[in-house]
Amino acid sequence: MNANVPVKVKAVSASVGVSQAMVSVFLRDVRVAFRQKQDLLNPLLFFTMVVTLFPLGVSPEVAFLKQSGAGILWVAALLSVLLSLDHLFRHDFDDGTLEQLMLQPQPLFLLVLAKTLAHWILTGLPLVLLTPVLGLMLHLDGNSVATLCLTLLIGTPVLSLIGSIGAALTLGLRSAGVLLSLLIIPLYIPVLIFGTGTVAAAAEGAQVSGYLALMGAFLVLALTLAPFASAAALRISLSNS
Amino acid sequence: MWQFFHKLGSPKWFFGIANRFMPWLLAGGLILLVAGLVWGLAFAPKDYLQGNSYRIIFIHVPSAFLAQSIYIMMASAAVVTLVWRMKLADVFVKSVAPVGLLFTFLALFTGAVWGKPTWGTWWVWDARLTSMLILLFLYGGVIALDRSINDEKSAARAVAVLVLVGVVNIPIIKYSVNWWNTLHQPATFKLTEKPAMAMEMWVPLLLSVLGLYLLFGWLACLRMKTEILVRERRTRWVKELVLAGRK
Repeated sequence: MNANVPVKVKAVSASVGVSQAMVSVFLRDVRVAFRQKQDLLNPLLFFTMVVTLFPLGVSPEVAFLKQSGAGILWVAALLSVLLSLDHLFRHDFDDGTLEQLMLQPQPLFLLVLAKTLAHWILTGLPLVLLTPVLGLMLHLDGNSVATLCLTLLIGTPVLSLIGSIGAALTLGLRSAGVLLSLLIIPLYIPVLIFGTGTVAAAAEGAQVSGYLALMGAFLVLALTLAPFASAAALRISLSNS
Repeated sequence: MWQFFHKLGSPKWFFGIANRFMPWLLAGGLILLVAGLVWGLAFAPKDYLQGNSYRIIFIHVPSAFLAQSIYIMMASAAVVTLVWRMKLADVFVKSVAPVGLLFTFLALFTGAVWGKPTWGTWWVWDARLTSMLILLFLYGGVIALDRSINDEKSAARAVAVLVLVGVVNIPIIKYSVNWWNTLHQPATFKLTEKPAMAMEMWVPLLLSVLGLYLLFGWLACLRMKTEILVRERRTRWVKELVLAGRK
């Protein structure tokens, strides 16, 4: 009886390779998201609304908006990603999918990575695509908008990856949303500083390749470390419930 | 060595050891801190530039020291929690996190009090001030997560993961905040390059730093003992201890 078990496990893992499992987790998340289109739209609406608050609340003057537009867009993007993180594991946690994922023979951190990538494609990337429009509304010039989009393109995956740790840690807790923000915002600070710093440097006509390389380093670091931490956090959260 | 290591896992053993060390920690800490403070506040010479207001460093510097080293201690304990599942390690993390928060706040507060007469403002977005503020947020996050999870074991392990993620991030945050500050405003005052300190100021400062470390040790033992009593309340040795204390 016992002798059969390893053979069985081997057979399963041989039939579905790691990359194939990652692709199917990724595609499943995308498919599920497109069936609930409102969830896809919400972060974008939130992003636009937060950006609207600044000219209304601080000053609609062109000089102010030109100077702080990049910062406003970065903060708004950061907040929208934060808002959407709750969905990353919540539904799968509620309906038991997450437990099935943990039982798979493939390493959990790779499946988590696939889920996080899907989350970025569904929230981070649309934010980047919306940025040029809002950038024009904040009177940013073409060069700044291009740099801003580039920094957001590198920075938003980092936000999703770091955020996945917080989402995994707060899974199934009461008032998880607020707690998630408390845990994650301090960790987002470096990305924000370099994201806006790059745009400021570009506006002054400085070389930005060094800054972009540093942001790329953040991305690589987050890609290699964050999935392990969130997989560990998921195991803890699921053993808790 | 290994026997000592195994004993560390036993709350009961720790309870006995803590009882033996605590009076020494308290007495040593109080003597050193009082000596350092009295010397520093009353007898050390005036600073030629700042006058008497510099004397707050005898509280400010020890608090800032502890604020940072408590986080490092918590991170080391977090590794022990995750790797060896040692009960005492997570008791330590849980007990000292509020103390760390307190010292971080104290460092920021005394810094603000010192900043008003010296810089003419309560707060500047200086790199060091900002990274201390972020450290305060990290402590806040750790405490908030710990309080939100009801199950003791999961709380301990979740907090350990968070503390470790934080400790990986601290150098990155520190570096980026430094970079941010030099980018946006050239440093008007450098906190990092202190003028060479006179011996009469340096010795009392050293005394108060050591004293506060010892007092922290005492406070940590006290808080850990309380936490252990709460956690082990159903065990026989705690019941016997409480009954013996009642007589």
